Amino acid sequence: MAAKPILSIQNLEITFPMAHRDFRAVKGVSFDVGNEKVGLIGESGSGKSLTGRSILRLLPGNAQARADAIRFEDRDLLGLSEAQMREIRGSRIAMILQDPKFSLNPVMTVGDQIAETCQIHLRLDKKQAYSKVVDLLERVHIRNPERVYGLFPHEVSGGMGQRIMIAMMIVARPSLIIADEPTSALDVSVRQQVLRILDELREDRPTGLLFITHDLNLVRSFCDRVVIMYAGQVMETLEARDLDNAKHPYTRGLLEALPRLDRPRERLSVLKRDPEWLKETAK
Amino acid sequence: MIEVENLFVHYGRGASRFEAVSGVSFKVERGETYGLVGESGSGKSSVMNAIAGRHEDWEGTIHLASSKVLPRKRSRADRLNVQIVFQDPYGSVHPKHPVGQSIEEPLVINRAPNRQARVADLLKNVGLPGHFRYRFPHQISGGQRQRVSIARALALGSPIMLLDEPTSALDVSVQAEILNLLQDLKQKNQLTYLIVTHDMGVVAHMCDRIGVMKDGVIVEELTKAQLISGQVKHPYTRELRAASLGEEASLEISV
Repeated sequence: MAAKPILSIQNLEITFPMAHRDFRAVKGVSFDVGNEKVGLIGESGSGKSLTGRSILRLLPGNAQARADAIRFEDRDLLGLSEAQMREIRGSRIAMILQDPKFSLNPVMTVGDQIAETCQIHLRLDKKQAYSKVVDLLERVHIRNPERVYGLFPHEVSGGMGQRIMIAMMIVARPSLIIADEPTSALDVSVRQQVLRILDELREDRPTGLLFITHDLNLVRSFCDRVVIMYAGQVMETLEARDLDNAKHPYTRGLLEALPRLDRPRERLSVLKRDPEWLKETAK
Repeated sequence: MIEVENLFVHYGRGASRFEAVSGVSFKVERGETYGLVGESGSGKSSVMNAIAGRHEDWEGTIHLASSKVLPRKRSRADRLNVQIVFQDPYGSVHPKHPVGQSIEEPLVINRAPNRQARVADLLKNVGLPGHFRYRFPHQISGGQRQRVSIARALALGSPIMLLDEPTSALDVSVQAEILNLLQDLKQKNQLTYLIVTHDMGVVAHMCDRIGVMKDGVIVEELTKAQLISGQVKHPYTRELRAASLGEEASLEISV
């Protein structure tokens, strides 16, 4: 990436104060996201979701985040006031969450929810908002958008719900999209559609995509670059196409543990965790 | 070991009666691992629930260990033939019982002798230290909890084990441990497995034969070798396979 990165995180630390000893959930994480698709992989508890949320400063109340810098475009997100942060959330940086069932308002039609977003971010009146919503729904390949406009979240399938979420996220054309396990709750065939839609969105304008997931197969085929996290630290960063030739023993271990259709094995090897990995990067 | 013939499963009644499975037949031999794959709504879990006796509204014939079972009443002996391990170990182990008590429960119900020694044995079999019997589910990890539900399923020495997405709630590294454990237990106890999952990687690793389900029917039956080498006929199987390999499947975008 020769161009200036859209997002640059340097030395991010997230701690949860505890009675006796603080718990350090994220320890010195640094990476950049340019106009590309970056996969952030890790197991549960590795701190990948916290890292994603800290960019939008949406951490749980008791968490304390520190970093040398979280630069987004030309601003340092850490120095912004809460009001300035609100300007950025949703309009400059958007976030897509795992399960549309829990992220959409259950008592509002999906169309009205997207329209509300349009009214807030684009200051459209009701009528303009309606036609904008129909437009957006078409962009995420929803057939018959007028009908879908009037549906409630429980009346749409998981895949459609996720596309509706995406439609809402792109209202203001953000330049960074943080997707936290956006396809984990979806069936494989629907998953491909959602990924393709994310791809299409990036075509007409430089957009960084931070894709948080635990799915190695998905990252291999979908992302440009991969950041691998373990126990709050970055183990290694590499090109997605080189994933199979990863050097770090942790990445290797994860790959070996994965049952794969194209590489059948008698027995899966089990990941052996080495405390040394955590010292290496701690410096 | 498991024979299912022309199985129909329904939910609801009256006008909203819904047919989830429409005529499914397959056979699983003793010691074999059979996988049912498909997406949500394909009816794979309905087939499993009918076999397990958790759902009563079905027609067709099911034989378990050569004994014919009926939708409603099941004899004690028939019930002893089948055990089930669920997807989510957080939801399937009693949160307020120490895990030892959860494992012991089937033994208590069936008035088995030497229960304490059996529990210690079972914990050892699934690779958990003995003192874990005093732990509560929230004190152990997801993988350990899944080991507990496997121990409970083993408790009565049932020859057939039904596995409903046994590892989809677990991390990759933990998944490998559980899959290896299941393979070992199968060898040791001569178990027959029926696995329901949507993960083609898991299926190809574990199963001898695979039934691909879509819209309530088995569209294609494959051997492990056919699945791995890609000798698949049905476009839906091809699609699932491609998605698992991370290839861009030639899918039509539809609502």
